[in-house]
Amino acid sequence: MKKYFSTVYYIVEKDLLLEVKSKEVVVSMLLFSLLVVIVFSFIFEPGAEYKNDLVGGILWMAFIFSGVLGLNKSMLNETTGGNLNALLLAPVDRSAVFFGKVVSNCFFLVIMEAITIPIFMVFYNINIFGHSVLAALVIFLGTYGFSVLGTLFSLISVKTKTREVMLPLLLLPLMIPIILAGIQCLNIYIKNGDITESYKWLKLIGVFDVIFTAVIFAIFDYIVEE
Amino acid sequence: MSDSLIKLDEVTKRYGYIEALKNVSFSLKKGDFLAIFGPNGAGKSTLLKVLSSQTRPTSGNIYFNGIKLGDLPSDFRGNFGVISHQPFLYENLSAEANLRFYGKIYGLKEISKRTDMILKKVELYERKADYVRTFSRGMLQRLSIARSLLHDPDIILLDEPYTGLDQHASYILSNILREQFENNKTIVMVTHNLNRGYDLASKIAIMKKGKIVFFDDKVNVPEYEFEDIYLAKVS
Repeated sequence: MKKYFSTVYYIVEKDLLLEVKSKEVVVSMLLFSLLVVIVFSFIFEPGAEYKNDLVGGILWMAFIFSGVLGLNKSMLNETTGGNLNALLLAPVDRSAVFFGKVVSNCFFLVIMEAITIPIFMVFYNINIFGHSVLAALVIFLGTYGFSVLGTLFSLISVKTKTREVMLPLLLLPLMIPIILAGIQCLNIYIKNGDITESYKWLKLIGVFDVIFTAVIFAIFDYIVEE
Repeated sequence: MSDSLIKLDEVTKRYGYIEALKNVSFSLKKGDFLAIFGPNGAGKSTLLKVLSSQTRPTSGNIYFNGIKLGDLPSDFRGNFGVISHQPFLYENLSAEANLRFYGKIYGLKEISKRTDMILKKVELYERKADYVRTFSRGMLQRLSIARSLLHDPDIILLDEPYTGLDQHASYILSNILREQFENNKTIVMVTHNLNRGYDLASKIAIMKKGKIVFFDDKVNVPEYEFEDIYLAKVS
């Protein structure tokens, strides 16, 4: 087990080093997410009440689409030069390589979100954490689920010529439960609704995360061996 | 314990309708150096992929020391050193950082010492702090050789290792391969270069359309006849 977590750690450490050197993943995701947040902020009239019904969706849209961009770039680092094949040839559990990439991608997404959320709250004049810090948990669980599925599908799509199109085509339909539950939760928190109403959505995201983590852990070897 | 280190038994690999390998069978003992020749599309690279467990055979079995490949633990992959068409290196990391990363993944001890030693061997020690993206094709290939030998593997699989190498780099590679062979390492090399392959190998195989059409010890194949044998087998 120690070796498993060491492998995950080395993959994350290498990805952080690569990101410090190249700044490709976080910067591109951040620019795109800020662009979405700022551009959509202009569609609301100042003081419009209907805004609170929509902003949760805008925030998730910014996360998901910029995340797709980041996943493609992150996985390109592994396929350029065949590094992924080298990792799969290493004497380690192959799922540890996968979960190393998941943790790296999740970390990069969290950095992007940590910068995007304050700017989002300023532009839309709302506080998503005002009534419950559960919003942070919803965003984190959603981000983890996105990282797990996104890393898997970016692994598959990055080898295709149309990877920029292929990744969202494969990923977004399966992400619908997380996106839906995430938006519902944020709407409850933003509109100061009954927090207990959000629990069922939180559970849905949690179950989604657990199921996909377990399934991919079990079948990853078969996926990568063609 | 089996007499053979590597044994392929009727291995077939299909990609859709294409049969890349057709009932390939042979065995190698520890310390053998097999050179595999053949035209493009003969299945040579697929054979290396199957051997290194990058891909599963559609049918047939591969045994290492008598144990089926699928039954071996992941640790077993540490016995392989693979040099491929691709360098298996991160462009945005230095040569040293790349080797240190792979050293950690392979669980090596004294990584710095081992990294310096192998970089000196491929004559890249002076460039160890440079980004891999600044390296020429030949330097990349030399660093790729260093990466594949970093963990001192018992089985070395090489796919066209001389591609892109200048005379000097080819000389370095040949010397390293001779040294590994003398150290009783088992080597499987796919190459188009008949002279180099023949010169280094102890066994020779020729592949055509996914099949092994010739397999023999080098001592049974006179050098002056080899080119004629090759042309007769692949034509």
